[in-house]
Amino acid sequence: MQNVTQFIQQLINGLSLGSIYALIAVGYTMVYGVLQLINFAHGDVFMIGAMVGLYAATGGVPPALPWWLHVVIIGGFIATFAVQWFRGRRPAATFQRILPLMAIYVISIPVLFAASFISRRLSLPAWSATIFVMGFTIATCGTLGYLIERLAYRPLRDRPRINSLITAIGISLLLEYGGQNPRVFGPTPQAYPNQVIPLLNGALVNAHGIVILKIDVLVLALTILIMVGLSFVVLKTRTGLGLRAVSYRFDTAALMGVNINSIVSFTFVLGSCLAAVAGILWGVKYTRVDPLMGLMPGFKAFIAAVFGGIGNITGAVLGAVVLGLIEVMVVGYLPGGSQYKDGVAFVILIAILLVKPSGLLGKNVVEKV
Amino acid sequence: MRWTVVLGLAAAMIAASGCKKQQEDSNVILIGHVASITGDTATFGTSADKGIKLALDEINKAGPVLGKSVDVKTEDDRSVNEEARTACEKLISRDHVCSILGEIASSRSIAMAPACQDARIPMLSPGSTNPKVTQMGDYIFRACFIDQYQGAAMAHFVVDTLKAKKYAVLYAANSDYSVGLKDFFNEAATKLGAEPTQQLSYTEKSDVDFSSQLTKIRDTNPEAIIVTGYYSEAGQIAKQARQLGIKVPLVGGDGWDSDELLKIGGDALNGCYFANHYAPDEDRPAVKEFVAAFKAKYNGEVPDAMAILGYDAMKLMVDAIKRAGSTEGPKIRDALTATKDFPGAAGNITIDKDRNAKKPIVIVGIDNSKLHFVASVNPQ
Repeated sequence: MQNVTQFIQQLINGLSLGSIYALIAVGYTMVYGVLQLINFAHGDVFMIGAMVGLYAATGGVPPALPWWLHVVIIGGFIATFAVQWFRGRRPAATFQRILPLMAIYVISIPVLFAASFISRRLSLPAWSATIFVMGFTIATCGTLGYLIERLAYRPLRDRPRINSLITAIGISLLLEYGGQNPRVFGPTPQAYPNQVIPLLNGALVNAHGIVILKIDVLVLALTILIMVGLSFVVLKTRTGLGLRAVSYRFDTAALMGVNINSIVSFTFVLGSCLAAVAGILWGVKYTRVDPLMGLMPGFKAFIAAVFGGIGNITGAVLGAVVLGLIEVMVVGYLPGGSQYKDGVAFVILIAILLVKPSGLLGKNVVEKV
Repeated sequence: MRWTVVLGLAAAMIAASGCKKQQEDSNVILIGHVASITGDTATFGTSADKGIKLALDEINKAGPVLGKSVDVKTEDDRSVNEEARTACEKLISRDHVCSILGEIASSRSIAMAPACQDARIPMLSPGSTNPKVTQMGDYIFRACFIDQYQGAAMAHFVVDTLKAKKYAVLYAANSDYSVGLKDFFNEAATKLGAEPTQQLSYTEKSDVDFSSQLTKIRDTNPEAIIVTGYYSEAGQIAKQARQLGIKVPLVGGDGWDSDELLKIGGDALNGCYFANHYAPDEDRPAVKEFVAAFKAKYNGEVPDAMAILGYDAMKLMVDAIKRAGSTEGPKIRDALTATKDFPGAAGNITIDKDRNAKKPIVIVGIDNSKLHFVASVNPQ
């Protein structure tokens, strides 16, 4: 009997872990579907989500960007205008092209100031605090995702795909090691405060040796909700239609009137928002956050997306849940399993690429010339 | 034409790099300190460094040593083994230190010991407890007890005081310290008649989820759980254990000592114990003096074990330099080997023939997120 309850407990542990991986995997799969680009920086957006959530909850949000960053940004805008002028474009046209970037910069000034004010006056636990932390983190990560796409990937869209891949790795390293800088997050792991999300301490079910924690239920519920919501967006809305069109045929979709830039930006922003939520949930569940925390979960989520069929959202969630279950079972039932659990994930990646490269739910699309 | 420019630049760069060698300041005795100021075990390094700097202040106030002033140069190894070795080599070859203090973590001490041994620079570890450290060479010393005694002290406490006959062990498979302490604990505990129900491992620095291991442990109903890892994992393990409904006490070693432990584990640690080098509320005059001096220098901060170990190690090193009458490596080494009854704040230090120190072990209890002295065990 004890073996059964233990197995069920391990199942629950695995589902919970897999759900967090699912939130990150969806971001990988959507970006790949639209751009055929593996966004290696996505795991680090997850890390940024966790760190920003921590700072928002503990009053650590700075009231303004550092002065040199202002100089760099404004200098960048001026340089852009100058370069485009020499290329023969009128300033008005340039202005229209970089309007979103300027808007983000201008809006960020009061928003950051207000957020800093609020974050210092938070008293946990309170639903208002949770909403602020979630909202601010999601907004920050969404913006970050947009900026990464806009500044790093869009200029390379007409170049060979390997250039974007290398840039993605570069952004990933920038976020990781930039985050380790003592003036940013510092390399020492930090602890999430208790009660970032109220009513979440303790177990929902604690009987017959099975413990289901409230946080596990929340993670699972959120993941299902997001899956349903995402399916709705992809299947029933115009944006979703555009998304599917761009995934199917990039150039033809542009010819048919789909605004490619807007769809791609939407994909990145959405993926990054989900990564932000995953980051906060990870911080609440596992307490410990540091700038290198996104490496392993990012890899695992990527493997999950490939495992389930890259480009397929349901596949990503399925792959992530299965991967989480396998990881927990390996630790629970293999002697010395804790040292193999990361290796097992990579073995699965190799196996699926050898046996069924399109993934569990993927279809082998034959390119018809 | 272009080649001459390139060759000229290359020559200039080589000449410039040669000029970077610092002038040796012959009025200062320079001691190096390799510490994990940042990273997973950051509090070990920062505490030790604070203790060392406090000792440095007191030493310099007391007057010149061999006619010179003393200074310490600290290098950060970011809690990474390979970096400890690099930091050590930097201090030896670039800064020309006469001796090295460090490291706290046994894995890192083992990593950097060959650098000191080869350069014949004496290395004094303030807090590495794994026996392998001093076996790396005759220039490697430690100013603390070794895990054989710590394991035995913990076993006595668990069996005699907590009256536990069955226990489970959770250890970090990639940490020399954790594996060693687990082995010594098992050896001593089984001799006292207790038996382990489960021995499971995790990967230090990368694992955050211990629910699989704890679920298996919970189902074997141990009367105590021995966690021989470092503080950041220990805190999380306590938290997750309580969440799974485990109510028995967790017992650990000196790797638990950090205020981060209480921040991470919180109330989950109430009723837990760990073996340590000292407790801040110990009733000995040397301890009280040290705690008061530390609080005065560092804004009321209560020192942890690594701070007092760093303090004692620094004082011992300078004492050895005085007794050696010189800053040459081999002479300092001989003076350290001959150390007898050095009055450290955490206890008398006598260096035995294995270059280890025999010091008393203190059992610390945790209640209401505060550490308190429970018992003291003297090594036999």
